[in-house]
Amino acid sequence: METIAIKKLAEVEVNAEGYLKNMSDWSSELAKEVASKENIQLTDKHFEVLNWLRTKQAEGVPLSIRKIGNSGLVDIKQFYALFPGGPLKISSKIAGISKPASCI
Amino acid sequence: MQDVLDRPVTQVAEVPVNKDKGKLKKILIICSKGKLEDVYAALVMANGALMEGLEAKMFFTFFGLEAITKKHADHLHTATVGNPAFMPAMPTMVAGLPGFEAFASYMMQKEMDKLDMPHVTEFIQMIEAGGGEIYACKLAAEMFHLKKEDLLDEVKGIITVGDMYALAEGEGTQIIFI
Repeated sequence: METIAIKKLAEVEVNAEGYLKNMSDWSSELAKEVASKENIQLTDKHFEVLNWLRTKQAEGVPLSIRKIGNSGLVDIKQFYALFPGGPLKISSKIAGISKPASCI
Repeated sequence: MQDVLDRPVTQVAEVPVNKDKGKLKKILIICSKGKLEDVYAALVMANGALMEGLEAKMFFTFFGLEAITKKHADHLHTATVGNPAFMPAMPTMVAGLPGFEAFASYMMQKEMDKLDMPHVTEFIQMIEAGGGEIYACKLAAEMFHLKKEDLLDEVKGIITVGDMYALAEGEGTQIIFI
Protein backbone atom coordinates (compact mmCIF):
# COMPACT_ATOMS: atom_id res chain seq x y z
CA MET A 1 0.00 0.00 0.00
CA GLU A 2 1.26 3.39 -0.88
CA THR A 3 1.35 5.79 1.97
CA ILE A 4 1.19 9.50 1.46
CA ALA A 5 3.61 11.25 3.74
CA ILE A 6 2.00 13.99 5.76
CA LYS A 7 4.22 16.98 5.55
CA LYS A 8 4.99 19.23 8.42
CA LEU A 9 4.93 23.00 8.07
CA ALA A 10 8.72 23.12 8.06
CA GLU A 11 8.77 20.80 5.05
CA VAL A 12 6.39 22.66 2.78
CA GLU A 13 6.92 25.74 0.66
CA VAL A 14 5.19 28.88 1.84
CA ASN A 15 5.36 32.44 0.58
CA ALA A 16 6.59 35.42 2.59
CA GLU A 17 3.21 35.81 4.25
CA GLY A 18 2.93 32.16 5.20
CA TYR A 19 0.48 30.96 2.53
CA LEU A 20 1.11 27.52 1.06
CA LYS A 21 2.60 27.57 -2.41
CA ASN A 22 1.07 24.22 -3.33
CA MET A 23 -2.49 23.55 -2.30
CA SER A 24 -1.72 19.82 -2.53
CA ASP A 25 0.71 19.97 0.38
CA TRP A 26 -2.24 20.55 2.68
CA SER A 27 -3.41 18.07 5.28
CA SER A 28 -5.57 18.41 8.35
CA GLU A 29 -2.45 17.95 10.44
CA LEU A 30 -0.75 20.80 8.65
CA ALA A 31 -3.87 22.93 9.13
CA LYS A 32 -3.68 22.32 12.88
CA GLU A 33 -0.05 23.41 12.88
CA VAL A 34 -0.79 26.62 10.97
CA ALA A 35 -3.83 27.29 13.16
CA SER A 36 -1.87 26.94 16.37
CA LYS A 37 0.45 29.68 15.13
CA GLU A 38 -2.64 31.87 14.84
CA ASN A 39 -3.73 30.74 18.32
CA ILE A 40 -6.71 28.83 16.98
CA GLN A 41 -7.71 25.35 18.11
CA LEU A 42 -9.44 23.76 15.16
CA THR A 43 -12.83 22.16 15.71
CA ASP A 44 -15.09 20.25 13.32
CA LYS A 45 -16.82 23.53 12.48
CA HIS A 46 -13.49 25.03 11.49
CA PHE A 47 -12.82 22.08 9.21
CA GLU A 48 -16.23 22.39 7.58
CA VAL A 49 -15.35 25.97 6.64
CA LEU A 50 -11.81 25.05 5.58
CA ASN A 51 -13.05 22.27 3.33
CA TRP A 52 -15.66 24.57 1.83
CA LEU A 53 -12.97 27.17 1.11
CA ARG A 54 -10.76 24.55 -0.52
CA THR A 55 -13.59 23.26 -2.68
CA LYS A 56 -14.53 26.76 -3.83
CA GLN A 57 -10.91 27.66 -4.50
CA ALA A 58 -10.55 24.52 -6.62
CA GLU A 59 -13.66 25.53 -8.55
CA GLY A 60 -12.07 28.90 -9.20
CA VAL A 61 -14.71 30.88 -7.29
CA PRO A 62 -13.38 34.19 -5.93
CA LEU A 63 -13.90 34.12 -2.18
CA SER A 64 -15.43 36.85 -0.09
CA ILE A 65 -16.81 37.22 3.41
CA ARG A 66 -20.27 37.58 1.89
CA LYS A 67 -20.02 34.25 0.06
CA ILE A 68 -19.08 32.49 3.27
CA GLY A 69 -22.03 34.13 4.98
CA ASN A 70 -24.27 32.71 2.25
CA SER A 71 -22.63 29.28 2.29
CA GLY A 72 -25.11 27.93 4.83
CA LEU A 73 -22.24 26.66 6.99
CA VAL A 74 -21.72 29.68 9.19
CA ASP A 75 -23.06 33.19 9.31
CA ILE A 76 -20.68 36.14 9.18
CA LYS A 77 -20.69 36.59 12.95
CA GLN A 78 -19.73 32.96 13.51
CA PHE A 79 -17.06 33.22 10.83
CA TYR A 80 -15.44 36.17 12.62
CA ALA A 81 -15.66 34.24 15.88
CA LEU A 82 -14.03 31.12 14.40
CA PHE A 83 -11.11 32.97 12.87
CA PRO A 84 -10.62 36.17 14.87
CA GLY A 85 -8.39 38.97 13.62
CA GLY A 86 -9.00 38.90 9.86
CA PRO A 87 -11.17 35.85 9.17
CA LEU A 88 -10.87 35.48 5.41
CA LYS A 89 -7.10 35.85 5.37
CA ILE A 90 -6.50 33.62 8.36
CA SER A 91 -8.91 30.90 7.26
CA SER A 92 -7.37 30.92 3.77
CA LYS A 93 -3.92 30.51 5.26
CA ILE A 94 -5.06 27.58 7.39
CA ALA A 95 -6.95 26.07 4.44
CA GLY A 96 -3.75 26.09 2.43
CA ILE A 97 -5.16 28.25 -0.34
CA SER A 98 -3.81 31.49 -1.73
CA LYS A 99 -4.33 34.85 -0.06
CA PRO A 100 -7.77 36.15 -0.98
CA ALA A 101 -7.78 39.16 -3.27
CA SER A 102 -11.24 40.33 -2.24
CA CYS A 103 -12.25 43.81 -1.11
CA ILE A 104 -15.63 42.72 0.21
CA MET B 1 18.48 88.82 5.86
CA GLN B 2 20.75 88.60 2.83
CA ASP B 3 22.57 85.86 4.63
CA VAL B 4 19.37 83.81 4.80
CA LEU B 5 18.59 84.40 1.13
CA ASP B 6 22.06 83.36 0.04
CA ARG B 7 21.90 80.08 1.88
CA PRO B 8 21.14 77.22 -0.50
CA VAL B 9 17.83 75.53 0.09
CA THR B 10 19.21 72.14 0.82
CA GLN B 11 18.02 71.82 4.36
CA VAL B 12 14.57 70.34 4.36
CA ALA B 13 12.38 70.09 7.41
CA GLU B 14 13.01 66.88 9.26
CA VAL B 15 10.67 64.11 8.27
CA PRO B 16 8.88 62.78 11.32
CA VAL B 17 9.94 59.22 12.01
CA ASN B 18 7.46 56.75 13.34
CA LYS B 19 9.80 55.34 15.95
CA ASP B 20 7.48 52.82 17.51
CA LYS B 21 6.21 51.78 14.08
CA GLY B 22 2.74 52.15 15.50
CA LYS B 23 0.33 49.79 13.86
CA LEU B 24 -3.05 50.77 12.56
CA LYS B 25 -5.56 49.35 15.00
CA LYS B 26 -8.78 51.21 14.53
CA ILE B 27 -10.48 53.36 11.95
CA LEU B 28 -13.34 55.76 12.37
CA ILE B 29 -15.14 56.58 9.15
CA ILE B 30 -17.28 59.68 9.03
CA CYS B 31 -19.73 59.55 6.15
CA SER B 32 -21.26 62.97 5.52
CA LYS B 33 -22.62 62.30 2.03
CA GLY B 34 -25.61 60.36 0.81
CA LYS B 35 -24.57 59.62 -2.74
CA LEU B 36 -24.41 55.97 -3.68
CA GLU B 37 -20.70 56.04 -4.47
CA ASP B 38 -19.71 57.94 -1.33
CA VAL B 39 -21.70 55.64 0.91
CA TYR B 40 -20.21 52.58 -0.75
CA ALA B 41 -16.71 53.99 -0.32
CA ALA B 42 -17.39 54.29 3.41
CA LEU B 43 -18.92 50.82 3.65
CA VAL B 44 -16.19 49.09 1.67
CA MET B 45 -13.49 50.71 3.79
CA ALA B 46 -15.19 49.87 7.08
CA ASN B 47 -15.81 46.28 6.06
CA GLY B 48 -12.30 46.02 4.63
CA ALA B 49 -10.86 47.15 7.95
CA LEU B 50 -12.77 44.43 9.79
CA MET B 51 -11.54 41.88 7.27
CA GLU B 52 -7.99 42.93 8.15
CA GLY B 53 -8.65 42.44 11.83
CA LEU B 54 -8.92 46.15 12.60
CA GLU B 55 -11.61 47.79 14.68
CA ALA B 56 -14.07 49.83 12.65
CA LYS B 57 -16.54 52.51 13.71
CA MET B 58 -18.82 54.48 11.44
CA PHE B 59 -20.43 57.82 12.05
CA PHE B 60 -23.10 59.00 9.62
CA THR B 61 -23.89 62.68 9.51
CA PHE B 62 -25.79 65.17 7.35
CA PHE B 63 -26.80 63.62 4.04
CA GLY B 64 -24.88 60.50 4.99
CA LEU B 65 -27.77 59.79 7.35
CA GLU B 66 -29.87 58.82 4.31
CA ALA B 67 -27.74 55.69 4.02
CA ILE B 68 -28.88 54.38 7.38
CA THR B 69 -32.56 55.20 7.20
CA LYS B 70 -34.93 52.25 6.80
CA LYS B 71 -36.70 54.17 4.06
CA HIS B 72 -33.80 55.15 1.80
CA ALA B 73 -30.81 52.93 2.62
CA ASP B 74 -31.34 50.68 -0.40
CA HIS B 75 -32.53 53.47 -2.70
CA LEU B 76 -29.56 55.81 -2.81
CA HIS B 77 -28.79 57.71 -5.97
CA THR B 78 -25.66 58.75 -7.74
CA ALA B 79 -25.43 62.38 -8.89
CA THR B 80 -25.72 62.77 -12.64
CA VAL B 81 -25.56 66.56 -12.49
CA GLY B 82 -22.61 68.40 -10.97
CA ASN B 83 -20.53 65.27 -11.35
CA PRO B 84 -18.08 65.84 -14.23
CA ALA B 85 -16.69 62.31 -14.00
CA PHE B 86 -20.10 60.84 -14.71
CA MET B 87 -20.40 60.18 -18.46
CA PRO B 88 -18.22 63.17 -19.47
CA ALA B 89 -19.83 63.40 -22.91
CA MET B 90 -23.30 63.78 -21.42
CA PRO B 91 -24.60 67.39 -21.50
CA THR B 92 -25.68 68.59 -18.07
CA MET B 93 -29.13 69.53 -19.41
CA VAL B 94 -29.75 65.97 -20.53
CA ALA B 95 -28.37 64.48 -17.32
CA GLY B 96 -30.85 66.65 -15.43
CA LEU B 97 -33.95 65.35 -17.20
CA PRO B 98 -36.57 63.79 -14.94
CA GLY B 99 -35.88 60.15 -14.27
CA PHE B 100 -32.33 60.26 -15.58
CA GLU B 101 -30.72 60.12 -12.16
CA ALA B 102 -32.92 57.21 -11.08
CA PHE B 103 -32.05 55.33 -14.26
CA ALA B 104 -28.31 55.97 -13.88
CA SER B 105 -28.44 54.87 -10.25
CA TYR B 106 -30.29 51.72 -11.22
CA MET B 107 -27.63 50.92 -13.82
CA MET B 108 -24.86 51.56 -11.35
CA GLN B 109 -26.47 49.29 -8.77
CA LYS B 110 -26.77 46.61 -11.44
CA GLU B 111 -23.04 46.83 -12.15
CA MET B 112 -22.38 46.52 -8.43
CA ASP B 113 -24.58 43.44 -8.24
CA LYS B 114 -22.44 41.88 -10.95
CA LEU B 115 -19.42 42.36 -8.69
CA ASP B 116 -21.30 40.64 -5.89
CA MET B 117 -21.45 43.86 -3.90
CA PRO B 118 -24.18 43.71 -1.29
CA HIS B 119 -26.89 46.35 -1.05
CA VAL B 120 -26.50 48.96 1.66
CA THR B 121 -28.67 47.25 4.30
CA GLU B 122 -26.92 43.92 3.82
CA PHE B 123 -23.52 45.64 3.87
CA ILE B 124 -24.41 47.28 7.17
CA GLN B 125 -25.50 43.92 8.55
CA MET B 126 -22.16 42.44 7.46
CA ILE B 127 -20.25 45.24 9.18
CA GLU B 128 -22.22 44.79 12.38
CA ALA B 129 -21.70 41.02 12.26
CA GLY B 130 -17.98 41.62 11.90
CA GLY B 131 -17.92 43.67 15.09
CA GLY B 132 -18.17 47.11 13.49
CA GLU B 133 -20.23 49.81 15.16
CA ILE B 134 -22.55 52.24 13.43
CA TYR B 135 -23.66 55.57 14.83
CA ALA B 136 -25.76 58.49 13.69
CA CYS B 137 -25.03 62.16 14.32
CA LYS B 138 -27.37 63.75 16.86
CA LEU B 139 -27.34 67.23 15.38
CA ALA B 140 -28.04 66.02 11.85
CA ALA B 141 -30.71 63.59 13.05
CA GLU B 142 -32.48 66.49 14.78
CA MET B 143 -32.14 68.63 11.69
CA PHE B 144 -33.70 66.00 9.46
CA HIS B 145 -36.27 65.01 12.12
CA LEU B 146 -35.02 61.45 12.28
CA LYS B 147 -35.55 59.26 15.31
CA LYS B 148 -33.91 56.00 16.35
CA GLU B 149 -36.85 54.03 14.92
CA ASP B 150 -36.37 55.63 11.50
CA LEU B 151 -32.86 54.25 11.35
CA LEU B 152 -31.69 50.72 10.59
CA ASP B 153 -31.70 48.35 13.56
CA GLU B 154 -27.91 48.01 13.34
CA VAL B 155 -27.43 51.67 14.28
CA LYS B 156 -26.07 51.55 17.81
CA GLY B 157 -26.98 55.05 18.82
CA ILE B 158 -27.46 58.68 17.99
CA ILE B 159 -24.45 60.46 19.43
CA THR B 160 -22.84 63.89 19.73
CA VAL B 161 -19.65 64.99 18.08
CA GLY B 162 -17.90 64.61 21.43
CA ASP B 163 -19.05 61.00 21.69
CA MET B 164 -17.78 60.47 18.16
CA TYR B 165 -14.28 61.61 19.11
CA ALA B 166 -14.40 59.28 22.08
CA LEU B 167 -14.88 56.44 19.60
CA ALA B 168 -11.53 57.33 18.05
CA GLU B 169 -9.66 57.19 21.35
CA GLY B 170 -6.62 55.00 21.67
CA GLU B 171 -3.33 54.56 19.88
CA GLY B 172 -3.31 53.55 16.27
CA THR B 173 -6.61 55.14 15.28
CA GLN B 174 -7.21 56.93 12.01
CA ILE B 175 -10.21 59.03 11.09
CA ILE B 176 -11.45 59.02 7.52
CA PHE B 177 -13.88 61.71 6.40
CA ILE B 178 -16.06 61.22 3.37
